[in-house]
Amino acid sequence: MIRKNLLIWITIFSSVIFIIQLASLQLASDSFNRDFAVQEISVYPERGLIFDRNGELLVTNQPMYELIIIPENTVEFDTIQLSNLIGIEHNDLSKRISSAIKYSTKLPSVIQSQISKEENAFLQEKIWQFDGFYLRKNSVRDYIRPFASNVIGYTGEVDQNDINSNPYYEKGEMIGKQGIESYYEERLRGVKGKRYFQKDRFNRIIGPYNDSKKDISPKKADNLTLTIDIKLQEYAESLLNNKRGGIVAIEPSSGEILTLVSAPTYHSNQFIGQDRTANFQGLLNDTINKPLFDRSLQAQYSPGSPIKILNALIGLQEGVVNESTTFKCNAGHYYARNAFMACHNKIGTISNLRKGIYNSCNTYFAKTYKMIIDKYDSPSQGLDSWSKHIKSFGLGDYLGYDLSIGKKGFIPESNYYNRFYGNNRWSASTTISNSIGQGEILTTPIQMANFTSAIANRGFYYKPHFVKKINNQSNIRLEKNFTSIDKGNFEVVINGMVDVVDRGTARIAKIKNINIAGKTGTVENFILIEGEKKQLTDHSTFIAFAPAEDPKIVISVFVENGYWGSRWAAPIASLIIEKYLTGNVERKWLESRMINGSLLAEYEKPYKFQNFTINE
Amino acid sequence: MNRLSIFKYDLVSIILYLSLVSFGLVNIYSSSFNESSINLFDVSSIVGKQVLFFFLSLIAFIFILFTRSRFFDNSAYIFYFFSIILLLGLFIFGVERGGAKSWYALGPISFQPSELAKLGTALFLSKFLSIIQTDLKSNRDILIVFIIILIPLILTTIQPDPGSALIFLAFIFPVIREGLNLNYFYFGLYIISTLLLTLKFNFLVCLAILMIVFSAYLIYFRTKKIKISLLKFLFSFFILICISFSTNYLFENVLEQRHRDRINLVLGKEVDTSGIGYNINQSKIAISNGGLFGTGFLEGTQTKGNFVPRQHTDFIFSTIGEEWGFIGTIITIIFFSFLIIRIITRADKQPNHFRRIYSYCFASLLFSHFFLNIGMSIGLIPSIGIPLPFISYGGSSLLIFSMMFFVYINFDSSRLMED
Repeated sequence: MIRKNLLIWITIFSSVIFIIQLASLQLASDSFNRDFAVQEISVYPERGLIFDRNGELLVTNQPMYELIIIPENTVEFDTIQLSNLIGIEHNDLSKRISSAIKYSTKLPSVIQSQISKEENAFLQEKIWQFDGFYLRKNSVRDYIRPFASNVIGYTGEVDQNDINSNPYYEKGEMIGKQGIESYYEERLRGVKGKRYFQKDRFNRIIGPYNDSKKDISPKKADNLTLTIDIKLQEYAESLLNNKRGGIVAIEPSSGEILTLVSAPTYHSNQFIGQDRTANFQGLLNDTINKPLFDRSLQAQYSPGSPIKILNALIGLQEGVVNESTTFKCNAGHYYARNAFMACHNKIGTISNLRKGIYNSCNTYFAKTYKMIIDKYDSPSQGLDSWSKHIKSFGLGDYLGYDLSIGKKGFIPESNYYNRFYGNNRWSASTTISNSIGQGEILTTPIQMANFTSAIANRGFYYKPHFVKKINNQSNIRLEKNFTSIDKGNFEVVINGMVDVVDRGTARIAKIKNINIAGKTGTVENFILIEGEKKQLTDHSTFIAFAPAEDPKIVISVFVENGYWGSRWAAPIASLIIEKYLTGNVERKWLESRMINGSLLAEYEKPYKFQNFTINE
Repeated sequence: MNRLSIFKYDLVSIILYLSLVSFGLVNIYSSSFNESSINLFDVSSIVGKQVLFFFLSLIAFIFILFTRSRFFDNSAYIFYFFSIILLLGLFIFGVERGGAKSWYALGPISFQPSELAKLGTALFLSKFLSIIQTDLKSNRDILIVFIIILIPLILTTIQPDPGSALIFLAFIFPVIREGLNLNYFYFGLYIISTLLLTLKFNFLVCLAILMIVFSAYLIYFRTKKIKISLLKFLFSFFILICISFSTNYLFENVLEQRHRDRINLVLGKEVDTSGIGYNINQSKIAISNGGLFGTGFLEGTQTKGNFVPRQHTDFIFSTIGEEWGFIGTIITIIFFSFLIIRIITRADKQPNHFRRIYSYCFASLLFSHFFLNIGMSIGLIPSIGIPLPFISYGGSSLLIFSMMFFVYINFDSSRLMED
């Protein structure tokens, strides 16, 4: 009976079709599974504060303002007047407004970000004339003390890489870009919270979603206490005025980095405010001064004479020399046939170990080095033994400090020379430059400070680090890294280092009543100009610790093209030691000579396209 | 005769009716909910108004139950002509809403006479078909039947409210049930198929398909040796070709752009989720957001955000879909289809022609609303503005459908007692 049951069958058939469609919509489909109706808004905890080792506040947050537009609320206005008011190009403003309209006419868009408190005060009085515009407060970093920027770093808006590599971040959020801000990003930022809002079909928020039950409150950020002594840092930075180089000061009994200077440098505050992009480009484009390059952590120099200290220790440990071993120097010596290594000691000088150190005798340490290598059957074995000793001082590898930039430096091993000369077809003489820190060895200033720390501690060092406490809780577990040198071998070498300051090459570094152990260095260096290798004025370097009998501070200073170690590096180190240990500096004449001294003329030499003289 | 014994009433249907109305109130409450609290009995609120009309319906229930069913038989033409007069009166006194002059407004309460016309037409059509002399094989009677249906249909169309007008086509079902040649029904299906094919593809494709189908018919008839009127056969073929040929003209010049867009959307010709497809697309999003169990009462985010326009009226099904999930939607569908089938099967037991045909008319109206409304909400049918009976917000709709339902209950209960 088609007639009778027609409608019944149609009803059943329709219901089945409906249920199939509903199953595909509600049970299977994910193409419609996006919930447009709930808006998630992030709530940010205030970024953590940063203090110096003495509790002085270094970094805090300051309010900044953003100029916001809601396009549908605007009425016709004078765009030229507005562009003048906020100080951007008229075209630029028009572009930003049209892209805001493109994004949404109903939702707020940022027209200008990072407007300072002062500009805001000025703008607030005028902006009411422009319907649809308002100023919104947010928070940015305030670097109160404009020092240690190379350590503290800076923050910036996340870029596409940050977003891709960490799903936590969303467009427009801030992230630590450099230094402590970057390394301790997760501690400093806390964890953002979420608030959920119900939207209507115009994308407008009409109230909290689900009575805010799903909301997640933000997790508070951590405050950091650095190991940096900001006053010492400030002083050290002033000493490197108009010079290039690095200073690293460490407390040897803890590995805490007291001061880490790189000159020239930047200021973290340059990365805040309207001019941040221009400032960053400026810093990036300065390829000669390289202010974004941290010379204390990233610059790999030949260590120069300070390496003699290590060679002395290795010689003692290997038993090839002792305290009273003497070598004769004739203003240098022939280390191989027709191969002469010059020395600044006079002809016929006979030095024992201590005198070799304080007079920085090239001959003494070249001969010591040769004996270290030749003690073994093959140069490979000898060199590897030497290399192992050197590396036990933390050279040739990252130190593992809590900043993400750095360089390994380089300590050669036998395979390096084997590859170059063939298996064992080389000898101690071939690698003789290693003995005086001029050869293949490369070190960074922080590595120099670190090995000095190991000497000051008579045989071990603590990993250098920058953060002392997180939320007043101690950050690092101190762990002794022992060197391969027995404790007993240090004293004679340290005596030699004390003599360096007392009567040796660094007498200028002497401070009344404080025993400084140090070692100067004068490092030959070269530059490639139009493919031609040219020698520049030597780097001036100095390592030291004081007081020698109970070291409180270890320091390494590196001044590029400063010539003798005693000309710049030793006085600077000495002033910092005096400042740190006594609280003030009595040798005002030396202080002003260091602060006012400039090497800019020296740095310009190779770029003047004419012949120049070095080591004046 | 004990009228007060409740067991002679179709209690199952009454329970289904009450469940659907209550479920409707719950979903209207949710759809129109905002943070300011709503008093269920506040007549100025949307849900309050619906509750008011529900009480009016219950009062009507009492009256209708105590009315002798013969009263409807006798006064069927009064209902019909009264509603036709009200439809005509709209052209003078009507209030325009959403582009259509289809409302009377009396203070805060407004009334849609096309709803009443459904009841009137159902009663009058039943009356006419139940007259012993009426013969659906006579062309004259078929013409009268079509005129009865077409008058309210045309009046509603020119309001213009083509959605409501479409509903009057539901009366084809009882006419077929009562003996209209099924060929009319098949021919109707062919017309619809022709229209859709032409719109989806073009005239030439449609022509080719028609020729293949008709050739197949001819071969079928020849081989089975079935005698047909070749003249009628070719005439209907010719009419379909004419329809196909003129479809594009009608489509482009008679329909408004919004109608064209709605049809194109379902035909899959345009996919524009922000413009015209917005309603249906948002409705689908809301429904799929519900998943298996739904977001829960008052928890639907799409519902709260008013993403689906007309959600408490024509798109109430999307609220059900979002807040009650797949479970809620299939229960609604099962309740509806069960109610429709129950009315049809019980109507078939009616010895009285008038009451049987009326019940059948009611079931057909219920089905066509159910089919068009839910079909639209889930994106199977172009957007047509008609409510889901018992559930959607709308006083006239609730009142008239309730009355029609109670008339059915009345008729059903008197089945055993009279004749």
